[in-house]
Amino acid sequence: MTALIEQGLILPMAKSSLLELWNVSKIFPGVIANDNVNMSLNEGEILALLGENGAGKSTLVKMIYGVNKPDTGAIFWHNREVNIDSPNQARAMGIGMVFQHFSVFETLTVQENIELGLDKEFVDQLSDLRQEIVEISKKYDLHVDPDRYVHSLSIGERQRVEILRCLIQNVKLLILDEPTSVLTPHEVSGLFRVLKKLASEGSSVLFISHKLKEVTELCDRAVILRGGVVTGECIPAQETPESIARMMVGSETELSENYPKKRSEESIFTTTYLTLLPTNPFGCGLTDVSLTLRKGEILGIAGVAGNGQEDLLAALSGEDTRADKANIVFAGKEIGKLNAGARRKLGMAYVPADRLGQGAVPEMTLTNNTLLTNTTALIKNGFILGSKLKALANEIIVDNKVKCHNQSSQAKSLSGGNLQKFIIGREVQQAPIVLICAHPTWGVDIGAASAIHRQLIALRDQGAAILIVSEDIDELFVVCDRLTALYEGRLSHIVETEKTNIEEIGKWIAGGFIQQKEVDHA
Amino acid sequence: MLNIQPRIESSKAMVWCSPLIAIILTMLVSSLMFILLDVRPQQAFEVFVIMPLSDSYNLGELMVKAAPLMLCATGLAICFRANIWNIGAEGQLLIGAVVSSYFAVQAGEDAGISSIMLILLSGMLAGAFWAAIPTALERFFKTNIILSTIMLNYIGLYTLLWAVHGPLADPQGYGFPESAMFAEAVMLPLIQEEGRASVSILIAIFIALITGLVLFKTLPGFIVRVYGEEQAAARYAGFSSNKVVWGVMLFAGALAGFAGSAEVMGPIGQLIPSVSPGYGYAAIIVAYLGRLNPFGIIISSLFMGCLYMGSDLAQIELGLPTAITGLFQGVLLFFMLACDFLINYKISFTSKKVFSKPLKATLINNI
Repeated sequence: MTALIEQGLILPMAKSSLLELWNVSKIFPGVIANDNVNMSLNEGEILALLGENGAGKSTLVKMIYGVNKPDTGAIFWHNREVNIDSPNQARAMGIGMVFQHFSVFETLTVQENIELGLDKEFVDQLSDLRQEIVEISKKYDLHVDPDRYVHSLSIGERQRVEILRCLIQNVKLLILDEPTSVLTPHEVSGLFRVLKKLASEGSSVLFISHKLKEVTELCDRAVILRGGVVTGECIPAQETPESIARMMVGSETELSENYPKKRSEESIFTTTYLTLLPTNPFGCGLTDVSLTLRKGEILGIAGVAGNGQEDLLAALSGEDTRADKANIVFAGKEIGKLNAGARRKLGMAYVPADRLGQGAVPEMTLTNNTLLTNTTALIKNGFILGSKLKALANEIIVDNKVKCHNQSSQAKSLSGGNLQKFIIGREVQQAPIVLICAHPTWGVDIGAASAIHRQLIALRDQGAAILIVSEDIDELFVVCDRLTALYEGRLSHIVETEKTNIEEIGKWIAGGFIQQKEVDHA
Repeated sequence: MLNIQPRIESSKAMVWCSPLIAIILTMLVSSLMFILLDVRPQQAFEVFVIMPLSDSYNLGELMVKAAPLMLCATGLAICFRANIWNIGAEGQLLIGAVVSSYFAVQAGEDAGISSIMLILLSGMLAGAFWAAIPTALERFFKTNIILSTIMLNYIGLYTLLWAVHGPLADPQGYGFPESAMFAEAVMLPLIQEEGRASVSILIAIFIALITGLVLFKTLPGFIVRVYGEEQAAARYAGFSSNKVVWGVMLFAGALAGFAGSAEVMGPIGQLIPSVSPGYGYAAIIVAYLGRLNPFGIIISSLFMGCLYMGSDLAQIELGLPTAITGLFQGVLLFFMLACDFLINYKISFTSKKVFSKPLKATLINNI
């Protein structure tokens, strides 16, 4: 610590303490979410709270924001012990929080949304809310127009509305729960500018993330949680993403590496000019989506959520059979009108976006969930082959190191990451010719994510064609051989991963390829 | 302090304990009711539980009541498993009774076993057709199946009343609203020397066993269970929703129609306005009491048959009104639904903990 002080990286007690946690514990039935956590946050500091899924980050910040109450321990605010009973009280104290899932009303304007989130007395105090929004938006470069309807805003813009809602109440502490997971790279750098400006004005930021690169770039200090316990603290600028990752996962876990890229020519699955109307009023449908998937490659489709991923996945997997017969061709067969079961019989497999409720039946056991997509192999004359099914379920659980009580555990009792390991294991085990995979590691911890990546690569090396739809560009660059981007239901052209870079794909997922395509045609 | 916590996994023990707790609570509440009616609870218990099981005539009558309940509840349980709220067993049963009566009154004493089969089949088809109407409405026009099945129960009842007053009325019946007695040759064989219990109870048990086997050990049963739990998962797996909805509705309709046929061709022997004392509705409770499990339904329908018998006996022995059966059923269903809460939640009594204030820990940046 003294060494750091000498280097001028932190000033000893120059900034006064804003928030301190003393031995805070929170116990939920069956799990200790936080175990004697001690933490402090100074004024004007950007602190990262790092940890894998289930490490207790969200529980911890929810206690600071008054959503949960600590079972033991104390919270100090400006060196005075406080009981934060509700988010209302937290807001009154000057704590603002932007959740992972925004709480905005799509059918209202920005100003109406902001007004709804404020206390009535506070709104009465303001002379002109509209004016205030415009000023703050200008000051922090948020580009928020008070009169626009929220449904017309992109995810990044919605997040800025949420941030503005906090800023308008003069926050002293802004908590952001995984704010960058839904943003394009361009939007991320914009967000970081805002946060740095806030910090320079003396506000503190508590930044929850598991993206190490960003933490290194943005945060002054990082606190690492593992299994509800603080396992370390570091100055991210002095660490590498690898060394921080080690602190997060412990020493035993294998991490992702660089996988050699593969090229192949033989196409197995194609869509031609696939056009579908949106299935919900705020969706964007699909427009002229043409893609070719080749044997023995992984094709990645990048894009920010809400750009037609759901429609594309449903059309490719067969959950949605509105496409014309000839629009989708698999191994020489026109399959546009076949349902998911029929496509699976031909040799396709699918890992859906929604794990619990789509990929698995929550109330059913893992054994029955194994049967869900293995009905061809495990049914004879209509009867379920009980012992074979149990053996297979057990094999999937053991091979993929799925943490569960036993194979009779209900799917809903598994954590998201474990359930994903189970579902991917179940689909990969069928040795499909084509695997459609949605958000393979979304919300999955680093250790499990690397295991999933290795599994996908192994399947590719067996000659399968894999299509991955993901919002995580870094992940796509790690595993994919070719890349493309989806923007408002349109697909960019496909490029080899080695011939592009994050900046270019980043532009594409923001729609940059559309003008480019027009130029190409001209 | 009462503390309610969600369970991480649903309790398997509670799935079967909940109906038992509900029955015990129902007995406690009804004891109170009997005391208010100036009947000693012990005496009531004897009439409701012991007497129906005491002699072979009463046992036979119990099976007469249990057979239609078992048939309807088995069909309904499959519908409810698929998350399809078919409340129309009553109407399907009545229509089955009307249509088979239409054929049964035409049969003479020379009719053989094949006539019995055909008449039963006509009842099943009629019940299935009555179930097909709300199914088609739901499939093509997205109507609410709960409402349309309930409404068709009334149409079914008035069709029955029309039939016994008009086309099927006994010409020699002095205008009484009932059909002629069926010929002995088209009556279902009895299983006892005396009494009215027919083979329908054996058929009902057989069907329940087969249904249980199909539900838990075969692919169609699995598809129904997945569809009922999560439609999105069923779509993901590629199970056809049309097949499931049509399949379970027609199955339930056919079973209810069969129950109606077996009533008129068995214990009643003619078509009368009161073919069913609400079997189709009571079957909903029976299905839940049996945990939507065909094996459980065999037991729960015998229990409910016992209640029906008990209330008949209570009228004779204790002079209590028949409304007592409805009260019983209502209280039982109420406690069933309440006790099912325990499957997913745990209730514990805790004394409020007192935490001591923690000592200030050494903070890393205070070094």
